[in-house]
Amino acid sequence: MSPDNVALHCRNLSVRFGGVMALCDVDFRVVQGTITALIGPNGAGKTTLLNVVSGLVECCSGTVGLLGQDMTRVPAWARAQAGVVRTFQNLEVFTTMSVLENVMTGAHRDVRYGVLGALFKTPRYFLEERRCRALAEEKLEFVGLFAERSLPAWELPYGRQRLLELARALAAQPQILLLDEPAAGLNTRETQALAGLIRRIRDELNITVAIVEHDMELIMRISDAVTVLHFGQVIASGAPFEIQKNPEVIAAYLGEDAR
Amino acid sequence: MSSTLRQLTPVAAFFLLVLATPFLLRHDYYYLSILTMAGIFAIIVLGLNLLLGFAGQISLGHGALFGIAAYTTAVLTGTYGLPLAVGAVSGVGLTALVAMLIGMPVLKLKGYYLAMATLGFGLIVYIFFNEAIGLTGGPSGFVGIPVLEVFGFVFDSDLSYFYLVWSMVAVALLTSLNLIHSKYGRALMALHISETAAQSMGINIARHKLFVFVLSSVYAGIAGVLYAHYLNFVAPSSFGFHFSVQLITMVVLGGMASLWGGIAGAVFLTVMPEFLRFYENLEVIIYGLILILCMMFLPKGLAGGVCKLLSNVRRRFGREP
Ligand SMILES: Nc1ncnc2c1ncn2[C@@H]1O[C@H](COP(=O)(O)OP(=O)(O)OP(=O)(O)O)[C@@H](O)[C@H]1O
Ligand SMILES: [Mg+2]
Repeated sequence: MSPDNVALHCRNLSVRFGGVMALCDVDFRVVQGTITALIGPNGAGKTTLLNVVSGLVECCSGTVGLLGQDMTRVPAWARAQAGVVRTFQNLEVFTTMSVLENVMTGAHRDVRYGVLGALFKTPRYFLEERRCRALAEEKLEFVGLFAERSLPAWELPYGRQRLLELARALAAQPQILLLDEPAAGLNTRETQALAGLIRRIRDELNITVAIVEHDMELIMRISDAVTVLHFGQVIASGAPFEIQKNPEVIAAYLGEDAR
Repeated sequence: MSSTLRQLTPVAAFFLLVLATPFLLRHDYYYLSILTMAGIFAIIVLGLNLLLGFAGQISLGHGALFGIAAYTTAVLTGTYGLPLAVGAVSGVGLTALVAMLIGMPVLKLKGYYLAMATLGFGLIVYIFFNEAIGLTGGPSGFVGIPVLEVFGFVFDSDLSYFYLVWSMVAVALLTSLNLIHSKYGRALMALHISETAAQSMGINIARHKLFVFVLSSVYAGIAGVLYAHYLNFVAPSSFGFHFSVQLITMVVLGGMASLWGGIAGAVFLTVMPEFLRFYENLEVIIYGLILILCMMFLPKGLAGGVCKLLSNVRRRFGREP
């Protein structure tokens, strides 16, 4: 694999929270145009790895390469502006805002008018707001939330809030999308629909996806590559069918069940 | 079309009310001057509401910012006899500059710590007003601030000043309404609810906090200039801790994140003590009681109360055949 088709490349990442080694010398790469899964038992460090990639947690050592640039020291907002956008395991919806406003907030970077344009509602303001709204509505349509667009976000049921986060992230027009357990709390039918959506995100929107998920069936069905974390360390990575057969991975999961 | 209409109706009603008020009060200059003061406070409260109600950042230093603008224009026009325009622009400009310099380090703090830091800033400024006697006149105040004059028109009557102040309230109201319906407004609300999510959407939260802090200081600065040239006299006691707390109370009582509510809160808290004057000794107690009752029964402030009332009325009429 040539390095220029690697969208995300973490090298030797270590993160320590007090006495807990959340990540230990982790290498993680996501090839452009793929859906790459990150799996592992509870507390393995999956969310921490996404936090390091998105800039919410600083790593003690190692580097984060994004879209061919070293972004280890770049603040979270600048990484998002560079095209790395995420959703959250514990929902972080802007609850008091409307569904549409949530998604329009996702498009923040793309809306181009200054403070004076906003204070005095210049023609530029109207033009850009209309464009932003159209973009947001398109993303809401994409995830199937268009009908709920004027509801306050807190009124949405849990599963719909997950879709809202997805739409909000898409409105930021990312190149890399990081999904942290997007299927948590969804029923079987909703999970099926989500699988279709994530594929369309890769194929139609050409967005590289890194997904953390516990639902093995979903992972095996949609991912092109899988990396397995266990106690902060990568114990395997490869194609889904290889991972399924990997004895170390099976042991890690069985070990968890036995506990 | 109908949504623009719905937005414009309250604004038009507001303009009519402001225009009519002097006539309704039969040109009673005492009440007119109280409402002028209420308008000056409303301008600060509109800015503070953007900071506190929308962006969720507290400031106990807005009384001081208000004072910096008032003293700046007082000293420049009063002591040095510079043109009023210079005083006004420097007053607002210096306030914004101070807010930026203070905001940069202080806005990294959150919650109680931010409150304490802005409180400390307010105290320092207050002490400065008191101690720099050569410049400010010290505790006894600064006398001899010239009357406001714009393009040859002298605002020396209560009526003209009332209209001037309330036009500025209208400008402040419209600009802040516009702001909250823009990407900046969305970003402020977003960082209020979840800084994590906001920055993950590409919002530079430090910059947006600083922006809204400085913007609210500009509102406070404009109010400070209007205040100085209205009373033609300023004293440190008007810009102390007590006043900063009163501003916060106006925001909360009016309804956090409701710009209309903020104006109502400013008017209510400025006018109420005047009525309570009749009760002499009980004044403070009644004032406190009213505040407590308001917060108990109107948790979303005056604005929330009015909204609830309207929706109740609408429901009742809707149900009737
Ligand atoms: N902010 C934090 N402070 C202290 N410890 C933390 C923090 N965040 C995570 N940890 C610890 O780091 C380890 C990895 O946590 P992480 O949330 O990354 O796991 P995970 O793989 O996402 O688990 P799950 O499947 O339950 O979401 C855990 O032991 C957790 O307790
Ligand atoms: Mg997790």
